[in-house]
Amino acid sequence: MDKDLFQYLLRLGDNTLVLGHRVSEWCGHAPVLEEDIALANTALDLIGQTQLWLGLAAEVEGAGRDADKLAMLRDIWGFRNLLLVELPNGDFGRTLMRQFLFDAWQVINLGRLMKSSDPRVAEIAAKASKEAAYHVERSADTVVGLGDGTAESHARMQAALEYLWPYVGEMFVGDDVDAALVAAGVVPDPASLREEYDAFVGRIFATATLEMPESRFTHKGGKNGAFHTEHLGHMLCSMQWLQRAYPGASW
Amino acid sequence: MYAQMVKTDGTGVKDRAEMSADEQAFQDRIDRGEKIEPKDWMPDNYRRTLIRQIGQHAHSEIVGQLPEGNWITRAPTLERKAILLAKVQDEAGHGLYLYGAAETLGVTRDALTEDLLAGRMKYSSIFNYPTLNWADMGAVGWLVDGAAIINQVALQRTSYGPYARAMVRICKEESFHARQGFHIMMKMARGTKEQKAMAQDALNRLWYPVLMMFGPSDKDSVHTAQSMAWKIKMDTNDELRQKFVDQTVQQIEYLGLELPDPNTKWNDETGQYDYSDPDWTEFFDVIKGNGPCNVDRLAARNKAWDDGKWVRDGLMAHAAKKTAAKLAAE
Repeated sequence: MDKDLFQYLLRLGDNTLVLGHRVSEWCGHAPVLEEDIALANTALDLIGQTQLWLGLAAEVEGAGRDADKLAMLRDIWGFRNLLLVELPNGDFGRTLMRQFLFDAWQVINLGRLMKSSDPRVAEIAAKASKEAAYHVERSADTVVGLGDGTAESHARMQAALEYLWPYVGEMFVGDDVDAALVAAGVVPDPASLREEYDAFVGRIFATATLEMPESRFTHKGGKNGAFHTEHLGHMLCSMQWLQRAYPGASW
Repeated sequence: MYAQMVKTDGTGVKDRAEMSADEQAFQDRIDRGEKIEPKDWMPDNYRRTLIRQIGQHAHSEIVGQLPEGNWITRAPTLERKAILLAKVQDEAGHGLYLYGAAETLGVTRDALTEDLLAGRMKYSSIFNYPTLNWADMGAVGWLVDGAAIINQVALQRTSYGPYARAMVRICKEESFHARQGFHIMMKMARGTKEQKAMAQDALNRLWYPVLMMFGPSDKDSVHTAQSMAWKIKMDTNDELRQKFVDQTVQQIEYLGLELPDPNTKWNDETGQYDYSDPDWTEFFDVIKGNGPCNVDRLAARNKAWDDGKWVRDGLMAHAAKKTAAKLAAE
């Protein structure tokens, strides 16, 4: 098994799994019907991408697991998602800001992955990047609309950005897994995406009249599994409950 | 029949002799099977009744997101989660078309929403029951959406054009929902001992509340005659309920589950199943706000609306700024 590729695929699949789950928590509770539908669409795309990334991860691992087993039967230390995506939804502003910060990275990263030397990775990236392009267009528009809306919406978006910003840097921190795959031309160097990312989100924040925080401090530990936030365990409690309570059943 | 006990303002059908010339001409169009369109003349009472009916139907779709939404984060597989999410999203979409159809009658979506949130308008009694185990996701799709289809297929022929057209689209999606619900039930009924117990529990709990969806017995249904004359109701409550029982009993047997009502028996004489009436006291309690979930459902909708105010205001303010900037540039 290619251990590095397996780890990297878990990172991609866990990002979309955990974020898709968070976004799906909004279903039936959004501020307006159109947003309810749009959030469900985003969550559906992310769940679909999860099936592809974790499906390939399971194939690479070759241990008889599948995407569902990886999603439903790993405990917290097995998860490799960015800390950003496991943070609770907060208000609608925080949810959309988190979505935008993720989408902006996702669309750049997937663009590079489309040129991966591994055709399986390139193929999934090509499919997912179409969805990601739409997601970032929508989340950027909403960040602008709410940032440059009323005084209250502006204040809430600025607060959301300040809360979430210390989790952004983890996207660009590389490790041995990345290094090995970068050398093989499978994935881009995470650090190499930062400049484009900052330029893009900076433009959107300027239009949204939001101030981009200057600090480069970042929380980390999600993508390498060193440690997650306390929030992830609670998510797994509901997400994995049926599979854990009734092992071996077919649903 | 996400709309129940829709008032028509009068009692019984207006006699032709009492109708104005406009009303007579209107009734003639309906009797010829013509569709009434938004700009056509219509009696005020027809308009008000339709607003109540379509509004109640739309509210049911929106409140109906909650009992199923309750299980999205606990769906057992990625595929089940995606299917359930897509289904609940469809319900939100149905709400959208129906509010759109109601708006053609001169009422706004926001006004209807305020009426729902203040408890002035109803939604279907079924959504005041809780979803307690995963098989409920099967039973809701199979039975609740199945019951809705029986009524809505007929409503595709309803006299009001925008409502009829919304129904065509909604029915297509509802039949997919009913099928996915039945598929969950098959998995559960043929699964482990615990899964089968969940399936039976869901069926037993939801059976009578689903029968209540069709509304009170014909003898207690005072508004049916006028609504049927206007072709905004196509069959009586009891006719629809019987049709539902007849089709569902065989499906229960196919699943290998126990019939929730031991009095369900085939009647050779009538050529249909006999069955026990639901407890109508319970039905009227639920309608009055005393169902197991009424308070929580309305509170959840109010919370979403109140918490979302700053978002709606913010986006509107931004849109206004953009329009102003565009005008200034011209």
